[in-house]
Amino acid sequence: MFKRTIAGLCLAALISPALAGEAKPVKNRTIMLATTTSVRDTGLLDLLIEAFREKSGYLVKAIAVGSGQAMQLGRTGEADLLWVHSPDDEKQFVADGYGKDRTTFMHNDFVVLGPASDPAGIKGEKKAAGAFAKLAASGALFISRGDRSGTHKKELKLWEAAKAKPAADKYLEAGQGMAAVVGMAGEKEAYTLADRSTYLSLEKTSSLRIVSEGDEALLNRYSLILVNAEKFPGVNTEGAKAFFDFLLSKKTKKLVENYGREKYGRQSFFYDHKAR
Amino acid sequence: MQFILEGLQKGFSLLVSGDAEVYSIVGLSLLVSVLATAVSVLIGVPLGGLIAIKKFPLKKLVISLVNTGMGLPPVVVGLLAMLLLSRNGPLGFLGWLYTPAGMILAQVIIATPVITGLSLSAMQSLDREFYRQMLTLGARQWQALWVCLKEVKLSILAAVIAGFGSVISEVGAVMMVGGNIRRQTRVLTTATVLETQMGNFDTAIALGLILLSLTFLINTALTFIQQQKAGAE
Repeated sequence: MFKRTIAGLCLAALISPALAGEAKPVKNRTIMLATTTSVRDTGLLDLLIEAFREKSGYLVKAIAVGSGQAMQLGRTGEADLLWVHSPDDEKQFVADGYGKDRTTFMHNDFVVLGPASDPAGIKGEKKAAGAFAKLAASGALFISRGDRSGTHKKELKLWEAAKAKPAADKYLEAGQGMAAVVGMAGEKEAYTLADRSTYLSLEKTSSLRIVSEGDEALLNRYSLILVNAEKFPGVNTEGAKAFFDFLLSKKTKKLVENYGREKYGRQSFFYDHKAR
Repeated sequence: MQFILEGLQKGFSLLVSGDAEVYSIVGLSLLVSVLATAVSVLIGVPLGGLIAIKKFPLKKLVISLVNTGMGLPPVVVGLLAMLLLSRNGPLGFLGWLYTPAGMILAQVIIATPVITGLSLSAMQSLDREFYRQMLTLGARQWQALWVCLKEVKLSILAAVIAGFGSVISEVGAVMMVGGNIRRQTRVLTTATVLETQMGNFDTAIALGLILLSLTFLINTALTFIQQQKAGAE
């Protein structure tokens, strides 16, 4: 009996701090944000969530998934706010009545990556469509995200613009996240399309180099969308609006613009909304 | 609630209509898991038997190592196999990274300790005298081991079922080593993860159902063999 009591007490001591941590935020103080892996992987998201928590007391729970799944979380009323980068799907999402107040507020850009030896001879090609046309013509291996993420959608648009596509055996659809695909392309000495922030975080270990960058067509625009509370009564409208306004504030603009300078020596995201 | 029902509905219709890509995913899942289980059985059953019947120093330590191996986290195995097979890794010359061969290797590492451990405990349930008698009757060591293994074949089959179950349902290692490449290394588990991430819950449910029914069918077949043998004795 005594032993059991001791064991029970030990167990309770182990569990209770974890439970207490979970129980703190009151229900309406929690905001569900559906966002993409690229925003989380760079670390910017944690920084903004922490700043917002200090200011308002709201706890933002971020579910970082592909843009496709993020949008799906909005369609089922699971999320209160979306932070995504897939413009065509976003417009459809709002048109279908699931979201409102779509605001494009920041961007970074995509870069075309390839082996340092650049067998397809793309270096120096300023136009992204031109680079993709050369890629298809050269017969070099290309690795695609293949997961209908914002990055994958952008890549498909670029093939369309280039009016070309690699042969089936030279085009692999990896169905994984950005960092995994960059790793795979490095292993296979292949080309791929990646967002600059992810590449910057992998630059030290990756054997891949940027072979084309800077084209207007490579811009990666991020938008915020409020999930329509009329469709889903359970949505935390107040909290979502508060975080929405915080993300569009001057304070966030400053945080975003400074982000990346310390870590990678250059700005990784660009704020392009007129901050309030 | 509605979307779950719709998902189930679409799942069943996908199953019936039979899509070529789905079939190739199912085929690869089966190929990789069956081959990995077969290799693990060839290594694990004799190894487990030997550890059980032989006396050697540090035997308890070896057994606890095997038992630890039964709980190897697949993602750790995946990471290890990926590092071994990467271009600059010690096994890079094989060119197995992102191929079914690499996936089989990772799964063998996962299933072998499971099968070894269960075979070992099955053999330990057998009276050691039985083995010794066989030797005194003039049997060679491997013959005696074979007869002993046949004595506990029901438990050995249970070990095979457990080993197969651990690889067919595994996702972390095949994702890392295989890379989830469409038409090359995509299996049921990794395809389910991908479809979920893309928000295609209906296809994900369909793939999940296929995986479940497949595991059910194979386990039923193995259980039938096992129970028939139990009845014959």
